Amino acid sequence: MFGALWSSMPGAVELGLLYALMALGVYITFRILDFPDLTVDGSFTTGGAIAAVLITAGYHPWLATAAAFAGGLAAGALTGLLHAKGKINGLLSGILMMIALYSINLRILGRPNVSLLGMDTIFPRVGKDEKWLLLLVIAVVILIIKLLLDAFLKTDLGLALRATGDNAKMIASFGANTDTTKIIGVSLSNGLVALSGAFIAQQGGFADISMGIGMIVIGLASVIIGEAIFGAKTVFRATLAVVLGSIVYRIVVALALRVEWLESSDVKLITAIIVIIALVLPTASRAWSVRKTARKRSRELAGSEGR
Amino acid sequence: MLRLTNIYKLFNPGSVDEKTALAGINLQLNPGDFVTVIGSNGAGKSTLMNVISGALQPDMGEVVIDGRDVTRMPEFRRSAFIGRVFQDPMAGTAPRMTIEENLAMAWKRGQPRGLKFGVTRRKREFFREQLARLGIGLENRLFAKVGLLSGGERQALSLLMATFTNPRILLLDEHTAALDPARADLITRLTETIVREQKLTTLMVTHNMEQAIRLGNRLIMMDKGRIILDIDSEKKKTLTVERLLGEFEQISGHKLTDDRIVLG
Ligand SMILES: Nc1ncnc2c1ncn2[C@@H]1O[C@H](COP(=O)(O)OP(=O)(O)OP(=O)(O)O)[C@@H](O)[C@H]1O
Ligand SMILES: [Mg+2]
Repeated sequence: MFGALWSSMPGAVELGLLYALMALGVYITFRILDFPDLTVDGSFTTGGAIAAVLITAGYHPWLATAAAFAGGLAAGALTGLLHAKGKINGLLSGILMMIALYSINLRILGRPNVSLLGMDTIFPRVGKDEKWLLLLVIAVVILIIKLLLDAFLKTDLGLALRATGDNAKMIASFGANTDTTKIIGVSLSNGLVALSGAFIAQQGGFADISMGIGMIVIGLASVIIGEAIFGAKTVFRATLAVVLGSIVYRIVVALALRVEWLESSDVKLITAIIVIIALVLPTASRAWSVRKTARKRSRELAGSEGR
Repeated sequence: MLRLTNIYKLFNPGSVDEKTALAGINLQLNPGDFVTVIGSNGAGKSTLMNVISGALQPDMGEVVIDGRDVTRMPEFRRSAFIGRVFQDPMAGTAPRMTIEENLAMAWKRGQPRGLKFGVTRRKREFFREQLARLGIGLENRLFAKVGLLSGGERQALSLLMATFTNPRILLLDEHTAALDPARADLITRLTETIVREQKLTTLMVTHNMEQAIRLGNRLIMMDKGRIILDIDSEKKKTLTVERLLGEFEQISGHKLTDDRIVLG
């Protein structure tokens, strides 16, 4: 049992790293922009689809991956436009884009499923001994992307983007166009999500029309788990927490799948439960501690009056 | 510097709730003018500020800054020449970002924001010097999240952020009203020093009559969307709170009612 568990760890960590980019995208919208963007479920598939189709058409895998990133940027920019310029409610903008992308993704794929079996992808075929080396390389690549994102968030544009989610009125009074910063933020977010989709398609050897379903919740779970365990004091810490949260999430899922009576199709339910617990716990524990202090103070007051 | 011509602003036009917030405002500010603004609740003082800053568009009339008609220019563009401090200390800063990050955003007022780092070593030194001017120790807390600061500290920071780029016009809307007396006093003194040293053209709404008389070189009084009295610096020197209130009653026909009024 433990042997099997241990041997499933590298796989879980690898998936966690590849999905971490998607989680970083969710972090940008949900946490930085305070914009609950549901485009993610669609744009993740868009990324996978663009990469798979271009690779099967004979393009270089890295070129295909870059195109996937660009596709995500475009999808996100459209969501941002719907919201910022079309004045459509944020949630609805994302849902509309997600639905529209379902059809677009089918157009891109041409059929529900495109296989990459036997084709060259960005992941080299490695033997058992080199598996760890590959994992290390993936970790380095993901960390570089994380650091680039950190750096971006410290530029003048990045600061304006963060302020848009923090105090939009304030940054507007200093001359930033908050419509533009929102569009840039949602676009970048979905670019990262699509990049993650492109990585996952190549790692798994196929792109599928339904590969993005539930991504938003998985992304949220990663963000919340990461923040809870590793904290989010600075930008550097927060994005690191998201990456680690994504890995922890995959490990939890790997553990859950070892449980006899759980089916692999139960993963989405487990994910939803993780998110619910993570969302309810902090509020509940805060309310509980306030009640406790209030009772204690009341007793003190009652005591001092009795004297 | 700033010229307002025949400005009208209505809220809920045509409905039973119709409200004429500004009814034919004419106002000209000369470079270096420091004008205090007083008036009853609902007189239209905040609306006037919002029309100047571009947060609201007037229904009629025009706003001209430095000879340029900016009436239809959106707020974010106009803010290149307008610095603002709001009544709410939370309004002027981003709480989840650090002091130096807030300053860096303010430093870029009205300029394009690109992919250069917002805080560089040189800028950090400059921010430190600027914060030291406030004299409340913020220069040692560059990396603190602004949300951790007290209301007074946040307002002092907002004031610095609004002014250290030397905007053409500074708008202050009861920016000390939400603070306790000691902190309000601090912010008032800082305002006075900064406006004097940088010769900023300033419009300051206040509910403190003594302050309205003591500060600045000009005082205007608003009532029901109109400017009913404009007192120049000569007359202001001999003005007292009683005379000011008397004058208000005489012209407007009713008492100055302000739920936050401070006589002195
Ligand atoms: N957004 C709005 N919608 C409807 N009416 C408004 C709005 N803003 C202001 N008003 C009305 O316009 C009038 C002028 O309001 P304004 O806020 O400019 O007054 P003020 O002089 O700043 O008052 P105070 O001293 O209370 O701050 C008031 O009657 C107010 O009710
Ligand atoms: Mg007001």
